[in-house]
Amino acid sequence: MTLDQVPWWIVVLVKAAIVLFVVLTTFAYSMLFERKIMAWMQLRPGPNRVGPWGLLQPAADAAKMLFKEDLTPDSADPLIYKLAPFISLICAMGAFAVIPFSESSGGIWGVADVNAGILVIFALTSIGVYGISLAGWSSGSKFPLLGSVRSTAQMISYELAMTMSVIGVLILAGTTSLAGIVHAQFHVWYVVPQIGGFIIYIITAVAETNRAPFDLVEAETELVGGFHTEYSGLRFGLFFIAEYLNMITVSCIATLLFLGGWNAPFGLTFVPGIVWFVLKVGLFIFMYIWLRTTLPRLRYDRLMNFGWKVLLPLATLNLLVTAAIVAITG
Amino acid sequence: MGFFGGVTALAQGFATTFQYAFRKKPTVQYPTVKKQHAPRFHGLHELRRYADGKERCIGCELCSIACPANAITVIGAENSPGDRRSPGERFAARYEIDELRCIFCGLCEEACPTDAIVLTPRFEMADYRRGSFIYSKDRLLVPPEAGVGTAPDERPGGIPADLGSVIEQKSTVDIAAGYGATHRGEILKTERKGLAG
Repeated sequence: MTLDQVPWWIVVLVKAAIVLFVVLTTFAYSMLFERKIMAWMQLRPGPNRVGPWGLLQPAADAAKMLFKEDLTPDSADPLIYKLAPFISLICAMGAFAVIPFSESSGGIWGVADVNAGILVIFALTSIGVYGISLAGWSSGSKFPLLGSVRSTAQMISYELAMTMSVIGVLILAGTTSLAGIVHAQFHVWYVVPQIGGFIIYIITAVAETNRAPFDLVEAETELVGGFHTEYSGLRFGLFFIAEYLNMITVSCIATLLFLGGWNAPFGLTFVPGIVWFVLKVGLFIFMYIWLRTTLPRLRYDRLMNFGWKVLLPLATLNLLVTAAIVAITG
Repeated sequence: MGFFGGVTALAQGFATTFQYAFRKKPTVQYPTVKKQHAPRFHGLHELRRYADGKERCIGCELCSIACPANAITVIGAENSPGDRRSPGERFAARYEIDELRCIFCGLCEEACPTDAIVLTPRFEMADYRRGSFIYSKDRLLVPPEAGVGTAPDERPGGIPADLGSVIEQKSTVDIAAGYGATHRGEILKTERKGLAG
């Protein structure tokens, strides 16, 4: 039996299993990576007790999460409270179904090559907000509610500017297929013609993933963890995974849309495309961590001002200029 | 601060955190690596002996009176001529120190007329039960085969031999240079004995 005769659903299942495994491993080690980098920038050695250089720390953390008690507060709405982490996680994981990681003569490396891939990802990450909002709302407690209100407001404000900044790339590429966008960047990466859109995307992506300095949603100093205050054990772990997966997703999108995906820079084509992809995504993840160690959290009104009065107009301007140039030069 | 001032400030911040990532970390990996402590560090108590094996403690209870934390209990008894435990008339029949109450101030040491009770540099006393922090004579008294114990003025500083042997000394500082020297954090790498590490 050759590979062509294998039923399509088995192929998809195997692909999905591989992607899931790789993505979850990436999550585990990006967490360790973050703790290490943060520690180094704060003059600490970071986790180094479990395994050599602390490399088994993710396994220890996972075991800890598994054995913690799973509490449900009395005042919580039990069904939604238990469902919310899964909404977050499923949406975060679902995005990886349409992300192309590399390409070989056999085709695109990814679970599915959807011709509207970027739209699917934005749709999924938007639904992911429901996980956070419902979690805060159903916890039946003050701080999670505040966190979820903030999350809803923040996500909506920044998603607009984010989508606007991405449309510029879509106009240039003339396609919404992620692989198509990467192909269109064979000669020039879109970070050059779309530098404005790139900067806006990077800033809004930090806000979309609720990471410092835009982590108002879970601000531990003011909201005691925000939407996940009441969560413990495995359910808290699911939110944690979802947050990191979202970070990896937006890094992947930034790589695909602006940094040429798996295209090699400077004609270094002897290095496989997947290596370039991983390196570029790693660069973005490092940037996220660097950002977190460097900048303090924004005040909430400034966050809103920045989103609506600075980023959205700039993104719109960027979109208009791009559209005009494409229309004129044809 | 205009737009460019803000951007410059941001860049400075990012450069700072990036540089710090490559700095040498001051962390001491404690259970495996230990910092040298002060020569007169106040740790766990010890009851000393004379060279002939007799106990120095004469059961006078001055340490107990001096103790600001009421951590010491001494009950003295008369020496019997056949079995002299100390050179004096009396000896300590019971001598107990509650190390959880003790504030390691060293006043007992100063009050002692015979230099019997001294503070050693041992500090790793963690245990699982409160009761095991009440040290009685069986743990405080220097065993006859272990010598007489160290007088307060002769303390060497460094790691006590029963906690681990020094296998690497990162920098040498003259211990005689006194208390100030030990603040520079000379590091001794030791081979652990016991559970942890």
